[in-house]
Amino acid sequence: MAKHHIEATVNGDAVEFLCETEETLLDVLRDTLNLTGSKEGCASGDCGACSVMLDGRLVCSCLVLGCEISGRKVETIEGMAKGDSLHPLQQRFLEAAALQCGICTPGVLVASKALLEKNPDPSEHEVRFWLAGNLCRCTGYDKIVTAVMDTAAAMRKG
Amino acid sequence: MRYEAPESLEGAVALLAGAKGEARVLAGGTDLLVQMRADVVDPDLIVDIKRIPETRAVTEEKGGWRIGAAVTGAELKEHPRLKKVWPGVIEAANLIGSTQVQGRATLGGNLCNGSPAADSVPALIAAGAVASLVGPGGRRELPVEDVMLGPRKLALQKGEIVASFLLPPRPPRSSDAYLRFIPRTEMDIAVVGAGVSLSLDANSVISAARVSLGAVAARVLLVPEAAQAIIGSRLDKPAQDRLEAAARAACRPIDDKRGTTEFRIDVAAVLARRSALIALDRARSN
Amino acid sequence: MAETNGHSQANGHSYVGTRQIRPDGVDKVTGRARFGADFNLPGQLIGRVLRSPYPHARIVAIDTSKAEALPGVKAVITRDDFGDQPSEFIPAGEMMMNYKDVVRNVMAREKALYEGHAVAAVAATSAAIARRALKLIDVKYEVLPHVIDVVAAMRPDAPLLHDDLFTVGVEPKPEKPSNVAKRVEIKVGDVEAGFKKADLVVEREFKTAPVHQGYIEPHAALASASEDGSVELWTTTQGHFIVRAHCARLLGLDIGKVRVTATEIGGGFGGKTVVYLEPLAIALSRKAKRAVKMVMSREEVFKASGPTSGATVRVKMGSTRDGKFVAGFAELKYQAGAFQGSPVQPGTMCAYAPYDIENVHVIGYDVVSNRPKVAAYRAPGAPISEYAVESVVDEIAKKLELDPIELRMMNAAREGTKAAYGPKFGPIGLEETLNSIKKTEHWNTPLRKWQGRGVASGFWFNIGGETSVSLTVNEDGTISLMAGTPDIGGLRAALTSVAADELGVPYDKVRPIIGDTGSLSFNFLTGGSRSAFSGSMAIVEAARQIKNDLIARACKLWEAKPDQVEWKDGAVRPLGALAEKVKPMTIADFAKVSGKTGGPIGGVGRINAQGAGPSFGTHLVDLEVDPETGRATILRYTVAQDAGRALHPAYVEGQYQGGAVQGIGWALNEEYIYGEDGKLQNAGFLDYRMPVASDVPMIDTVLVEVGNPKHPYGVRGVGETPIVPPLAAIANAMENATGIRFTELPMSPPKVLKALKDKGLNKA
Repeated sequence: MAKHHIEATVNGDAVEFLCETEETLLDVLRDTLNLTGSKEGCASGDCGACSVMLDGRLVCSCLVLGCEISGRKVETIEGMAKGDSLHPLQQRFLEAAALQCGICTPGVLVASKALLEKNPDPSEHEVRFWLAGNLCRCTGYDKIVTAVMDTAAAMRKG
Repeated sequence: MRYEAPESLEGAVALLAGAKGEARVLAGGTDLLVQMRADVVDPDLIVDIKRIPETRAVTEEKGGWRIGAAVTGAELKEHPRLKKVWPGVIEAANLIGSTQVQGRATLGGNLCNGSPAADSVPALIAAGAVASLVGPGGRRELPVEDVMLGPRKLALQKGEIVASFLLPPRPPRSSDAYLRFIPRTEMDIAVVGAGVSLSLDANSVISAARVSLGAVAARVLLVPEAAQAIIGSRLDKPAQDRLEAAARAACRPIDDKRGTTEFRIDVAAVLARRSALIALDRARSN
Repeated sequence: MAETNGHSQANGHSYVGTRQIRPDGVDKVTGRARFGADFNLPGQLIGRVLRSPYPHARIVAIDTSKAEALPGVKAVITRDDFGDQPSEFIPAGEMMMNYKDVVRNVMAREKALYEGHAVAAVAATSAAIARRALKLIDVKYEVLPHVIDVVAAMRPDAPLLHDDLFTVGVEPKPEKPSNVAKRVEIKVGDVEAGFKKADLVVEREFKTAPVHQGYIEPHAALASASEDGSVELWTTTQGHFIVRAHCARLLGLDIGKVRVTATEIGGGFGGKTVVYLEPLAIALSRKAKRAVKMVMSREEVFKASGPTSGATVRVKMGSTRDGKFVAGFAELKYQAGAFQGSPVQPGTMCAYAPYDIENVHVIGYDVVSNRPKVAAYRAPGAPISEYAVESVVDEIAKKLELDPIELRMMNAAREGTKAAYGPKFGPIGLEETLNSIKKTEHWNTPLRKWQGRGVASGFWFNIGGETSVSLTVNEDGTISLMAGTPDIGGLRAALTSVAADELGVPYDKVRPIIGDTGSLSFNFLTGGSRSAFSGSMAIVEAARQIKNDLIARACKLWEAKPDQVEWKDGAVRPLGALAEKVKPMTIADFAKVSGKTGGPIGGVGRINAQGAGPSFGTHLVDLEVDPETGRATILRYTVAQDAGRALHPAYVEGQYQGGAVQGIGWALNEEYIYGEDGKLQNAGFLDYRMPVASDVPMIDTVLVEVGNPKHPYGVRGVGETPIVPPLAAIANAMENATGIRFTELPMSPPKVLKALKDKGLNKA
């Protein structure tokens, strides 16, 4: 079977690629588009390390087929910083030591950004449940949750 | 492996009915892609139904609600009115997996994956939802409790797909609730699921009820005896006890890595009661 | 006399002890950082492993001809591609391993000894072709009976894994082989006499299940072998020098010809201190004459990389009625997995280490069984034995109606206490951690019905070890710092602070990297909580060389004698009369004239770090039990632990919090679940239940600092101790909440509900 020819937008750039039916969006991002910021932790949607935004919706890219994104918009961790400025979440994570090994960090940041765009004033409970699909084995989540809430407060101040 | 994304139900049906090898429907993909990666299934054809308008629409119909089979849990949660009418169905759909999974998972996929532990199915059954199936023989309606016959076994003919679900009109002072037991707070497959939908009369007496239990038998159960146990009551302690006993009696659970038989029976009773109390509370405020 | 000891200050600023932004941080928050699976070489092949579906089977024959014939397949390897290795024990992290076993674990030889054991591997032009090739490999197995549970494996009639395994450490030496590899023992005083003196004796038996380290990043390796016998390898590992040694040994290569780069690592916790894919990738690359990339799937990680032991532990303790411990006995039986080498030895050593007890006797058994070879998991062996002892201590406190913290204080090891396993403690912080917990608001908060509070202490000895770092002064005065211990959680931030302080330069003028094996002398791996301890010590040495060198250069330039100059605040400064003739010179000044004053400026610290100080911790946890379902919710958690000196407080706190949450998972929900068929039923994150963000509250931390006098900054390793106290702290809290002592982990809801039901307590 011939490969699919897909045109889509990734981090604001028009992209064009070929993929097999069984290749996931995560496979395409990492192996074809060389965007290795999204990580494979489980390939079964249980760890969130592959989190991306698909048409403004937070999803696991390992649960989307590459051929499904024709004409659609994908945003990955690589698109989070704008030029030389880190997103406030990225900056706050650095200041607050909200990462240790860093493997879950791209997924956590993408998911946290999605949360704050939807709910600029989340409670600790809401942050924890929103991020329940992002496994972290190093931090115990404490500094991650604090960093997200502090960033939310700072962003509300403007 | 072929991938097709038809834009009509007829197109989808034709592809599935005419498929030579193994064919699978793709809605949210949160089960299919996992199974493909685990080598549990190796389809020759994938039919993506998300371009078909009926599968993606949420519309009012005859006083009830028609929900497309490929509407995601997240979209259902964001719908301005559904949550007020069917909070149980919405919360059930939004317990599936994680935020990321809810961004893709659908009611149709959750049902057609054929797992008795599916989170949205007990809530749909308690709600009295009816699945609208479209296949080579045309369209037919099937109550949701009759769609899943056993693990991975559906009442669908070859080429038939679930296009949408119809939730019936709601009498006043009605509501529903869904609870599940998992060992963590999120992310686990339900060890037990309990969906309760009920309506109250003018004196706050339960005039109608449906109780459904998940993960306690080979299919998701509609438990009429459990409903009978509480109809005509205000869910006082004797009614709760009767409800628990009926729930226990209906369970035929297995022992597996997620829970023992004894545990599932015990917890099914507890969740049926707690779920009914939440539904009652919601109905009273409606 | 100009001296260069102590901590320099750049403009009076000290970075050590402050919360600097980690130098590798920006790359990690932008997705730029390259972890194991992020490396690619042009023209690389994809390698995949064929694994045994049986937990125990003789491998009769392997036919790879069909796989080799598949277009796109460039190499296939089996046991025939690895020479056998004679028996030789070597250190592997904090445990020991034997090369005879390593070569067999990497690729099965006579037998498949666990479900998931590697039997063959292929390299092909795509992952899809590699997967198809595996299906074409024909393996003839003779299935054998299997055994998983440690007690079952010890029975004389148990299925035998190795017919050449004779128990070491028993007299007389056994004539028949068994599954018991080793018996270890520590003995002080006379426990029988002690028990006779005791007013209270408590004896309990405990059981724990195997748990996995649970790193989110699967194992990954990329190998490129050349025709001249040299190899380049990129791998996600805690110890690239160790990987180099193992690969060289297993493949018959000169160590100097193998160059290993440690990629960024997405979690290890001890599980990445051994080799799995690396020798396979190199062997495939040699055969295919192309680079080969291999990445494990999550299922392979669970089935084929080493979790820690499951165990059975019997503890018997005797106390006077006033709470003085007079005797401590324990018998530990630990699973080693398919090959010997469980952490039963450190488990034995740590069991009673927090206490000063006159009579101690601990016996440990290392037992093989048909599951993956155990690998180190954060304080290997200690969480299990200390869970048992700390639970019995709690029971003693309850029976004697003594405050559990007071009871521990009465018996606490202090400076000068001789530990049962041998050494005399220097200054240690156990009492300080106990006192800290007592002073918290947490300790003094009242509880409601079905809520319980538990406390437990824990110990890990920590290690030093061989460490090499280099400090280079660049032409513009910036500093390149090269360390050789992979950074698993903020190490570079800590080392940069030390280097900046030592040299008196601004933090952001020091650029740290983790060098490959070709760039530094030997470094033992990152483990044993040693990397900050040893790395900082080595940096002090390297900085000392630089400072002495610059003083010598200044003396030459200024025609001065050593007593006329001093190093202070980041510069060589003239003293006395000389100060009127010349101005101070900073590192940047020297850098400009380095060629004229003797050549490039740098220092190398090559040490075998000694003097590692143990880290004690005390944890406090509140939880609530739902009596109708058995589900426990952690309400509140506080960790107090002695760091000696926290080089970077935020990353030290991070270790406390991360270890505590791993302990929560271990105590409540994590376990390897085997079927009767010996196959792992929960080889994924769905059913191997690690804590998610909504499962835990904030983890409060108290940083205790009882300086380690043997380290220039007083540092103690901190990474491992945090996982030791949680198991007992949570079990003790469960007892407090329910009145039931759970002696089996995990305390999952079905077990808890059953225990409540048996006592008629399962009502709200």
